[in-house]
Amino acid sequence: MDEKRNGLKEKITNSQIWRSMFRHGYEKTGRRYTLQILQNVWLHLHPPRVPRHGINFRFTWCMGGITFLMFLVTAVTGVLLMFYYRPTAEYAFRDIQYLEFDIPFGMLLRNMHRWAAHGMVIAVMLHMFRVFLTGSYKKPREFNWAVGVILLVVTLFLSFTGYLLPWDQLALWAVTVGTNMARATPVLGHEGPFVPQAITQSNDVRFVLLGGTEVSPSTLLRFYILHCVGVPILASVLMALHFWRVRKDGGISGPL
Amino acid sequence: MEPFLALVSKPDNVPIIAIIFLLPFFTWLAFSQGRRNDKAGTPAEAALKDKVYVWPYLCRAEFLCAIIVMLILGVWSIALDAPLEEMSDPAKTPNPSKAPWYFLALQEMLVYFDPWIAGVVLPGLIIAGLIAIPYIDINPKGKGYYTLKERPFAIATFCFGFFMLWIVLMVVGTFLRGPGWNFFAPWVKWDPHKVVSLTNVNLSYKFGIRGDLTANIFGFIVVAGYFSLGPLLYFWKRKTSRFLQELGLIRYIIVSFLFLTMMALPIKMILRWVWNIKYIWVSPWFNV
Ligand code: HEM
Repeated sequence: MDEKRNGLKEKITNSQIWRSMFRHGYEKTGRRYTLQILQNVWLHLHPPRVPRHGINFRFTWCMGGITFLMFLVTAVTGVLLMFYYRPTAEYAFRDIQYLEFDIPFGMLLRNMHRWAAHGMVIAVMLHMFRVFLTGSYKKPREFNWAVGVILLVVTLFLSFTGYLLPWDQLALWAVTVGTNMARATPVLGHEGPFVPQAITQSNDVRFVLLGGTEVSPSTLLRFYILHCVGVPILASVLMALHFWRVRKDGGISGPL
Repeated sequence: MEPFLALVSKPDNVPIIAIIFLLPFFTWLAFSQGRRNDKAGTPAEAALKDKVYVWPYLCRAEFLCAIIVMLILGVWSIALDAPLEEMSDPAKTPNPSKAPWYFLALQEMLVYFDPWIAGVVLPGLIIAGLIAIPYIDINPKGKGYYTLKERPFAIATFCFGFFMLWIVLMVVGTFLRGPGWNFFAPWVKWDPHKVVSLTNVNLSYKFGIRGDLTANIFGFIVVAGYFSLGPLLYFWKRKTSRFLQELGLIRYIIVSFLFLTMMALPIKMILRWVWNIKYIWVSPWFNV
């Protein structure tokens, strides 16, 4: 029986189809463990080996990874949501209602997207907290810390632009309050200090952000494009840089 | 009590409740390791610096972690529905209008500073200050392991900013602010007609100064004095110390400026609560 099974296994793993997909066998050797990482496009973000404390939950709390996982979840659920959502004042709110009541698992989809977004904010806060407390921003990781700070801002902005899209009272007024502060930008906001005469309600920074003098349908379109295209691309580029630098700066930090 | 309970159970406020539990846990986790390392003399991480294979050890941990997090997210998404209120109506302003929870510390700052400071200058300085941290913290110790003793100032300052000025203000803004952005204790019913008499006066007024120009000059002196006297005094007394020599003048100025800017918020809060001070410095162009 065992012989038969081994024979079958051999046959499969030696077949042309199997060989075309998996380029090496699975012996339990260091060489194989290394190849598993180096030869795999998804895993090769990792180094082949890391210091033992780096895989200790108590050291990193996994928070950078969880932030990234939450980002992936929002990306997948977000694309699915885009099939059902039109960013115009006539449709936006109705589309969300329709999604909730008539689309199979629509409510679940929306919940996962929203809670993953909140989860990402929580995780990124904790990640920053841990990086600070282990002093991991110190030389040579100064620049990666700076990239991280920008990622924090981008994460918040991603969440904030998404907040408007349901186009309900909660969305409208949260974004109204949030963007009202831009009125007071020094020099560039019409109610800020040191404003030149030429800056008015309809050409200051807030106008650029909102596409109008108040939160309006053009704001909805603007935020939609920022939320679904602009900011995610920016976040992805910065994350690629961030992960690259984690490796180039010598991998996970540790005592010398 | 009802408005408070309604706030706590609002689905969008659940993340704050989660933070209220998660942060103390992770703070404990970090601090207990720091204390252990400080006591032992050498960090425990140093004993674990031999290398292990990422496959399977790290990948396994990541996979497990991902499954657990996805389980939590799944349960959360099944149990709790994302909020959807009535369709937006620009004519109906809710009172209070609140920004999303992660911006509520900024909104809370609006009580103490004019919008151009609370909404633009301070957030800008927070971002710039965070980016500056690695360049102004010249202490080479405490890199890559938990410790408290080896970098007390850095950790105390960061934790103060992180907890007091972000988390606490966020919690206050979410749970304790009602109509008119007035303060309501959890057990008090929200009264939309609550009138809080505005008896705030400017600092110059408290000092008996009435003229606009003198008030302006007075305010300038107070603010300039706040930012320069302390740093000058410390510099003058300690300028030969090794720490200041290594830090250098430019870093010293940046550190003290950022530090004093951060402390300006709690100081202004106390001035407001205790003496009803509105502005420190009133000028024709802006108020501080
Ligand atoms: C979208 C947001 C972010 C993602 C997805 C992310 C992801 C990661 C991951 C996966 C790591 C590997 C180690 C770990 O998991 O702890 C890491 C390390 C690091 N992160 Fe982030 N991060 C983000 C935001 C930030 C922020 C806000 C900061 C700081 C302000 C930061 C600073 C760093 C630094 C300095 C390291 C190196 C730590 C070390 O070597 O010990 N990152 N990041």
